Amino acid sequence: MSTLEFTKEQMVLADPMLPTWFRVQCVRRETHDTFTLDLACQDGGGRFSFAPGQFNMLYVFGVGEVPISISGDPATKEIVVHTIRAVGAVTRAMRNLKRGDQVGVRGPFGSAWPVKEAVGRDIVIVTGGIGLAPLRPAFYHVLAHRNDYNRVVLLYGARTRDDILYRDELKLWRGELDLEVEVTVDSSVGRWRGNVGVVTKFIPRAEFDPGNTTALICGPEVMMRFTIQALVDRGVETRDIHVSMERNMKCAVGFCGHCQYGSKFICKDGPVFRFSEIEDIFGIREL
Amino acid sequence: MNAASMNALLAEHPFFDGIPPQYLDLIASAASEARYERRELIFHEGDEASVFHVMRRGKVAIEIFTPDRGPVAIETINTGEVLGWSWLIEPHRWHFDAQAIEPTEVIAIDAGKIRESMAADSALSNELLRRFVPIIVGRLQATRMQLLDLYHVDT
Repeated sequence: MSTLEFTKEQMVLADPMLPTWFRVQCVRRETHDTFTLDLACQDGGGRFSFAPGQFNMLYVFGVGEVPISISGDPATKEIVVHTIRAVGAVTRAMRNLKRGDQVGVRGPFGSAWPVKEAVGRDIVIVTGGIGLAPLRPAFYHVLAHRNDYNRVVLLYGARTRDDILYRDELKLWRGELDLEVEVTVDSSVGRWRGNVGVVTKFIPRAEFDPGNTTALICGPEVMMRFTIQALVDRGVETRDIHVSMERNMKCAVGFCGHCQYGSKFICKDGPVFRFSEIEDIFGIREL
Repeated sequence: MNAASMNALLAEHPFFDGIPPQYLDLIASAASEARYERRELIFHEGDEASVFHVMRRGKVAIEIFTPDRGPVAIETINTGEVLGWSWLIEPHRWHFDAQAIEPTEVIAIDAGKIRESMAADSALSNELLRRFVPIIVGRLQATRMQLLDLYHVDT
């Protein structure tokens, strides 16, 4: 598993319960309620490695700690990127951070998207809302190793035109001749001339070979449920479908039990699961 | 376009995949090609649903006009899909507007002729309903998902 890469002097910081100090390099507004934080190790000596799909625990001093997926390029080791929706006290405090402010980072934690296992196959990424953020590192990886994969499909749904994440990158990716990138919004007024409707509508006609496809899904659970159904209807096996689950993660190392999901812990066994391994508990409402 | 060419065009459309040849011939006899430019209205809410379209190329917005917000797109119909099913259900009037948002090529099928044929041939009726009902159900489910406003979080 990828870990923080430290010099000998820094090794003391490798305790998973102990935050490492990072400094904010940049805060970028993405949409009205989301923003991206670029973080660098405070002393400049650390190189941060992670696998696509993993998350960090980000700590705003005096406010609290929250789990946030890493959303940057896994090939970039100097800057750690997180895209965050401001929904609670901690994330709202993060939105007010400025360049040079300190943030505590624990991580990376959790399982990863199976980008290596998917070599030689079609990749179908289906995502909605801020779910694009945890999938972006996997997409970066696929782009950087484009020849390792067959067809690559990215299907993204957002609430409205103004809620579309990473708009400039999506435009760039849509322009590539060897990628199929579709964007849709649930609701549209005015100047939007793109697709309107749910993201699952693309699945029946997207170009991929269901028998040789690895599907990666991240979004609200209801959206994932319908997406899985549409993929299965196309003939994709549940063992080839991977989902990123979200629960109330606290310790991030499987001690506290806050994120227990049946016999699993989201923080330690997930957040990325092969769907066939959680299929039996996925529909249980109480979990 | 002659009947054989129209037959071939229809046969390559996903909606007619596997349809018995005699029905394809019948539908081809009621079909014609049409093209709409960007922003051209294809049908208007309240008008008679006298035709339905299978999309060969392009993108169409299904819209409803609201006095305060203007036209609101509730769905887009793309290449390979079917545009319009109000022709199946009385009073055979469109419930929404349809506007091309890209140059769009369709095959327009005379709904009156098809309704007459369906009334006279229950097997044809079954064959077409078997194809239309999943589309209607799919759009109902999609609408429900849109109503859920899944991506909204109170901030």
